[in-house]
Amino acid sequence: MSSKRPARREFLKSGAALAGGFTLGGAASLSGQTPASDQAHHSPPMIKEGKDQIAYGERSSHVTSVRIAHGGRPSPDNWGLTFHVAAPLQDSVGVITPSSLHYMGTTRGSFLPDVDPREHRLMIHGLVDRPLTLTMEDLKRLPSVTRLHFIECAGNRSSRRAKNVQETHGMTSCAEWTGVLLSTLLKECGLKGTASWFVAEGSEEVKGASSMPIAKAMEDCFVAYGMNGEAVRPQNGFPLRLMVPGFEGIFHTKWLRRIKVVDRYYMNYNDFGHLDQDAKVAALDYQIGPKSVITFPSAGQQLPGRGSYEISGLAWSGGGAIKLVEVSTDGGKRWNKAEFKGTPQRMAHARFGYQWNWDGQEGELQSRCTDELGQVQPSRAQIAKYWNKPYDQTFSVPGLDNSIQPWKIAGDGSVTNGFA
Amino acid sequence: MASLKVLALALLMGAPLLAQSYGVGRTPTAEEIRAWDISIGPTGEELPPGRGTVREGAQLYRTKGCASCHGATGLDGKAPLLKSRNGANPDVWARGRILPVRAPFATTVWDYINRAMPLNREGTLTADEVYSLTAYLLFINDVIAEDLVLDPQSLPKVAMPIGDKYAALPDWKPRTPRLKGYPH
Repeated sequence: MSSKRPARREFLKSGAALAGGFTLGGAASLSGQTPASDQAHHSPPMIKEGKDQIAYGERSSHVTSVRIAHGGRPSPDNWGLTFHVAAPLQDSVGVITPSSLHYMGTTRGSFLPDVDPREHRLMIHGLVDRPLTLTMEDLKRLPSVTRLHFIECAGNRSSRRAKNVQETHGMTSCAEWTGVLLSTLLKECGLKGTASWFVAEGSEEVKGASSMPIAKAMEDCFVAYGMNGEAVRPQNGFPLRLMVPGFEGIFHTKWLRRIKVVDRYYMNYNDFGHLDQDAKVAALDYQIGPKSVITFPSAGQQLPGRGSYEISGLAWSGGGAIKLVEVSTDGGKRWNKAEFKGTPQRMAHARFGYQWNWDGQEGELQSRCTDELGQVQPSRAQIAKYWNKPYDQTFSVPGLDNSIQPWKIAGDGSVTNGFA
Repeated sequence: MASLKVLALALLMGAPLLAQSYGVGRTPTAEEIRAWDISIGPTGEELPPGRGTVREGAQLYRTKGCASCHGATGLDGKAPLLKSRNGANPDVWARGRILPVRAPFATTVWDYINRAMPLNREGTLTADEVYSLTAYLLFINDVIAEDLVLDPQSLPKVAMPIGDKYAALPDWKPRTPRLKGYPH
């Protein structure tokens, strides 16, 4: 990727471009005129591409947006285990998270299994009439679906210590996934009348497993082999992962090797960690609530001066498609309808924008969303009131936290976390 | 017209059959299913033959490396606690998120050890070793007596301290709010 700038300058100055009619110099060369100034004729340096970059493209060296370890545990750690890694939402545009920036989470830290797709098998058994073993080739012969879906970790929770939106909200991502509906596979196997739950299991070293309701399997779960136009990445479950649209990330079983249909909650591995004392909290620990966050301007960013800005952000819900996003620039007193960029999809990130003229005064930006079920994203104060608890620094939102995130704008244009 | 009616009837009758059989994949043998089926449910029906004791478990806890991560007594390692620091508390939830205390079924403890332990050597324990380690962890948390032998029959019968004092799992339905009345 080294620069060839000096060489190219010499080449242009020599007049070879004019004589040979090369298109490198642009319009000035073609006109046959001598460049008026070096600046007018300025061209960027060239990227030296090797075979690898031609075979598989790279982003610009000027784009440096990267994932970061989340929750204070390094990844990889000294033993090479991966824990939680957050996506750089502050730099995101549109609704797709590039596969190389998609967030990652593992239950207790995991090595990335290097699965050979030719050896990989998906076995479906338990309370079915015809158990089935499928190769990856078999799966690709079956009718496929391609859908945009977010995945969000249950630990995606803002705190007053968080310095930017990557730390407050980076454990969510959205990709286009391709695979076979689980209902297609289960109909092929024939569900027995007593089937009420299923256990999904990965092929990594701990064989991570979760129990889920069979109603969800038949509604919209699918086994995905494609992600953003190519094979699912190893970090996201290559060669096969379970998609459980709108449910907490942990259910989206990576490196999927087995589906067992059962007649009760099986209390295996991940299930134990999902136990709650309160049925209301338990209900908040499956399907993700309506949630949104402003990604620009967000904490850690700087407004260069007063004037016009497009406030931009993401909204999503486990309950379906986002129907409305509102933005407040005065700390939640007045709400303004935001504009969708594209049509919001069910259980997918939706990009919204709101054009704002900053007057140079201190302010507080917030966004809130409403989904197709009429669920509205709450403030932390509203959640505390629901649980009959005082809203102060000690209050922790039960279940997955979908509360409104405030960003403070200072008079100098700096942006900070409103919870700090 | 008559032939059309027959055709329509045939399509109606045939459609479900066609929709349910792509003829792709193969039927696994009973042995293949047994080899892969490590999901041990509350009834224990999937438990393999074997037996284990507290005494053997205490030895394995040291020799298999459990102690190096979880501490010599299950109280003082870098890995999650395996013994409650507050074991006498009548509120089981207050005893902490300790697998052999909070798990609603002893089968969950067996499943967890068999599936995910020891770190970096997962899947190397024999069935007898998993029974013994389960017995040891349940014993140090006062869940079972020291002389109880765990096997496929006795393990599912162990009464766990949490009993039924955990929330019912949500009866999830498609296109339904996650919690009625939740703000706002």
